[in-house]
Amino acid sequence: MSNYKAIVIGASLGGFDVILKIIAPLPKNFSIPIVIVQHLSPDHIIGDKYNLLNTRFKLNAKEAELFEILKAGNVYFAPAGYHLLIEKNRSFSLNVDEKVMYSRPAIDVLFETAAEAFGNSLIGIILTGANRDGTNGIIKIKEFGGLTIAQDPKTALSPEMVESAIDSGKIDHILTPTEIYNFIMQFADAKN
Amino acid sequence: MDNYGNEIEDIEVNLVIDAIFQSYGYDFKNYFRASFTRRLRNFKVLNNFNHISDIIPFILYDSGNFNKLLNAISVTVTEMFRDPFIYKYIREKVIPYLNTYPTINIWVAGCATGEEAYSIAILLKEENILDKVNIYATDINTNSLDIAKEGVYSSEEMKLSTRNYQRSGANRSFSEYYHTNYGNSILNKELREKIIFNQHNLVSDASFNEMHFIICRNVLIYFNKKLQNRVIGLFNDSLIHNGFLCLGTKEDIRYSDYAEKFIVKGREERIFQKKQQDVEL
Ligand SMILES: C[S@@+](CC[C@H](N)C(=O)[O-])C[C@H]1O[C@@H](n2cnc3c(N)ncnc32)[C@H](O)[C@@H]1O
Repeated sequence: MSNYKAIVIGASLGGFDVILKIIAPLPKNFSIPIVIVQHLSPDHIIGDKYNLLNTRFKLNAKEAELFEILKAGNVYFAPAGYHLLIEKNRSFSLNVDEKVMYSRPAIDVLFETAAEAFGNSLIGIILTGANRDGTNGIIKIKEFGGLTIAQDPKTALSPEMVESAIDSGKIDHILTPTEIYNFIMQFADAKN
Repeated sequence: MDNYGNEIEDIEVNLVIDAIFQSYGYDFKNYFRASFTRRLRNFKVLNNFNHISDIIPFILYDSGNFNKLLNAISVTVTEMFRDPFIYKYIREKVIPYLNTYPTINIWVAGCATGEEAYSIAILLKEENILDKVNIYATDINTNSLDIAKEGVYSSEEMKLSTRNYQRSGANRSFSEYYHTNYGNSILNKELREKIIFNQHNLVSDASFNEMHFIICRNVLIYFNKKLQNRVIGLFNDSLIHNGFLCLGTKEDIRYSDYAEKFIVKGREERIFQKKQQDVEL
């Protein structure tokens, strides 16, 4: 039923709770791989984060690794301090290029490369945050025919990032976290 | 499978890579495409070009312009004592081993503006073995190497360096290693004179000495599997038996043909030791 092949999510300040709300109830056999850039301080302890997430998720939370090909069943996170990119063959690459929008990892870098790799089979979701990272990525996703969603700013701890994306005029749907969950569920063939 | 993306731009990127290779001999074919394309786009915007292919005449007829491109496409982002925990490991586990040799050769490959090489030099000084060490630091980017040789960094950067240094298991004061003047900090002469900076291209150049320890961090992530394999092969050839190799925290020897030649010493630190003898399989 669905022709969506990947979901990319960008989150910043306040994003962790929203990610939990959207991702935790997704079933183990959710058919679309999910890739997340969440701005973190580089000092954040990574190991703990995945242990924590995996007690809450039915899907498998892990750090995206160089060369790894996107697979359903996984929720990939960009490693702290590295930009996460998707190559045309739909595998991950990483770099330590300059910060984009004061961020590394930057949501824009993931979204823009994902748009080029997945074209109209991509869903891009922008969540709460106190900066403007992700807006250029959303524009690119739209340019390549993908579908874009912004968290309803009224539900965002920090609305700046979603408002900036909405102001671009390239957001298809503005939804609360629960609605985002319902929305992506309808595209996923989670039966087998 | 559907073919998305800007196909024309893809052709242009291929043409630029080819033009660089044919006229200047640098081979970027096996760099990861998404990162490389982003850098070409930045260079295009910087020069007010309409298309990536406009870069071709720009560099073909003027080698000065090619140098600009070369410096723009190589990423210079670096720090002193980046990932402090690896320096702690080097201090505690690698240096005592190196110290058993009468002279020690260390190669910092992809040293960018020098911070990493100076960090290693400081470590060696604190462990009192700097005198018997040769440090070779190389990069493809000559602009970066010029900055590295100067050993002058902004006070802003020194703040971050100090913070990293303190987390690396050090117990001295970082300010012992530089003098500040007009908002810039110059590293001590002893450190600056210790390191031999030279241009070296990991894609095409050969090994230039027997090494006891090679540090190459956050360079391989820009290379595809094939090129990573070549470079790890080069490191394997350059290292003495029992020599150490340190890669970036997201890099690994696992995907190369040389995985069997090394023992994993520090998993998180990505520190590997070359085995005593080649293993017959
Ligand atoms: C991100 S920096 C890494 C700096 C430092 N090692 C660190 O981890 O902080 C990558 C460096 O690799 C260099 N580089 C890229 N291609 C190279 C090549 N073919 N040969 C040598 N150095 C290369 C770039 O010029 C740049 O200085």
